[in-house]
Amino acid sequence: MNNVLAIARKELRSYFASPIAYIVIGLFAVIFGIFFGVILLNFNQMSQQGGGQAVNVNEQLIRPVFLNSIVVFLFMLPIVTMRSYAEEKRLGTIELLLTAPLTDLQIILGKFTGAMGLYAAMLAITLLSMAALFVFGSPEVKPLLTTYLGLLLMGGCFVSVGLLISSFTSNQIVAGAVTFGVFLILWVINWPAPFAPWPWLQTFLNYASIVDHFDDFSRGVLDTKHVVYYISFIAVGLFLTARSVDTERWRG
Amino acid sequence: MIEVQHLTKRYGPFTAVNDISFTVERGEILGFLGPNGAGKTTTMRVLTGYMPPSEGTAVVAGYNLAEKPIEAKRRTGYLPETPPLYTDMGVREYLDFCARIKGVPRRERKARVAAVMERTRVADMAERLCGKLSKGYRQRVGLAQALLHNPEVLILDEPTAGLDPKQINETRQLIKDLAGDHTVVLSTHILPEVSQTCTRVVIINKGKVVAVDTPDNLTSRLRGSETMYVQLDAMGADAAGALAALPGVTRVSPSSAARGEGLGLEVESDAGRDIRRELAASIVNRGWGLLELRPMRMSLEDVFLKLTTQENDAPPDAAPDGGDSPAAAEPAASEPEAAHE
Repeated sequence: MNNVLAIARKELRSYFASPIAYIVIGLFAVIFGIFFGVILLNFNQMSQQGGGQAVNVNEQLIRPVFLNSIVVFLFMLPIVTMRSYAEEKRLGTIELLLTAPLTDLQIILGKFTGAMGLYAAMLAITLLSMAALFVFGSPEVKPLLTTYLGLLLMGGCFVSVGLLISSFTSNQIVAGAVTFGVFLILWVINWPAPFAPWPWLQTFLNYASIVDHFDDFSRGVLDTKHVVYYISFIAVGLFLTARSVDTERWRG
Repeated sequence: MIEVQHLTKRYGPFTAVNDISFTVERGEILGFLGPNGAGKTTTMRVLTGYMPPSEGTAVVAGYNLAEKPIEAKRRTGYLPETPPLYTDMGVREYLDFCARIKGVPRRERKARVAAVMERTRVADMAERLCGKLSKGYRQRVGLAQALLHNPEVLILDEPTAGLDPKQINETRQLIKDLAGDHTVVLSTHILPEVSQTCTRVVIINKGKVVAVDTPDNLTSRLRGSETMYVQLDAMGADAAGALAALPGVTRVSPSSAARGEGLGLEVESDAGRDIRRELAASIVNRGWGLLELRPMRMSLEDVFLKLTTQENDAPPDAAPDGGDSPAAAEPAASEPEAAHE
């Protein structure tokens, strides 16, 4: 455990020692601010017009803001994960880690925790906007909690894929570009689902979409099905990363 | 302390290390000598648990690397060929991180970091970023990292590469001081380093061990015959012919090392036979001037060349750096050759 924390601490430190953390968090804050502002103004207009339909802060403000933010995470998380293994290989520090009394799992969990720490810092920025909503309105707390849980789990999936891809190469740019591409594929993978010729393919495509599983969380529904999906996805991602690091050892 | 048996490491079709075996006793300094691409780095990487061998076993500090890698790693300090530094960390910060992952207890951490910085003479750069250090400092911070957890076994891949002559001496002294309660394996292609620091030498070439012995034994064992260097003023007489006629002398040839006035000759005699007195007497008796007379020892360099060029037909000039052997075993071997220091 101490070893995992030591690695995580080092990862976080290097994010914040380089401009990466500030760029990622700063850009996210700006884009999230724009989303939040636009959707808030739109929401105000709707609630003033009334129009018979009851307006709900959670459904019509918070949910769309976070659904839009997912796209921003797709762009930002490759920047966070691309360096994790690629940089260690380029600097040769991978030799330090692999010859220290650490298990591969400890190294991977440390790197995962470090990247998740930065992701959590991005999410923490959004708490400010949510706090404002509580000052001026009365959103429901439970859907907000499930939304954040969903975001953390979904981000965990992205990070585990990012770590895996970073472990394949010593070139950060390659790692970043491939990760971004894979994220986009994981995002749109269920778009062709309605046109799938066989029902099983439709089910599979829908199931494979990481983003799709977030939908229930954003509605305030905590379904174990999705929690299990996310946790298994993360576990498989980290397991494959461990295999990749181990294979690298054999090949030298 | 270290026991290597029938170790083989293949990268695809290329065999970097081919069935090598050796042991290192506690407190010894073992020098690993070989041309670039001979398999030194590969062997060290196997010993540190960085990569598993294709075949064979390695036992380090009493723990089989295949079974208890963590225990073995806990007792091993490793300086890779390229010092594994995080360029964006300060020296003290870097060593503090290393201390954490090497399991140095929290209470001792600060003191250990300060102690190794003192010992490797990097304390004056404690707050400098590792990426901004000169090659010599990088190398020493890398060494500091290897010493942090006071390991029983130290594995140093070219510990003096990139250092200036003063630093090289300091580092060698440090390594000698460390032996005794540490066991040291170091690799180098700088030959004087081996004779000055190591208690035993393993010469490896093309993945095979070609010799294991003490530096002194190696030089004398391969010497076959004694050679004297004689510089004399023969005043035009046939000195070479005259000396060749002496009892015990097997061959006389003009020396390539001749300099200054007079005639320089290399006089070879049967091994174990001291012909200095006869040689001197015969020269003086003829009324020639004896300017210099000294035994020529086969240097470790000669031994090395002899051993590493024997079995292949490589041209002699390609031999010192093994120019024809694949570089795959030592991918980072980019520093200029310094075989003669």
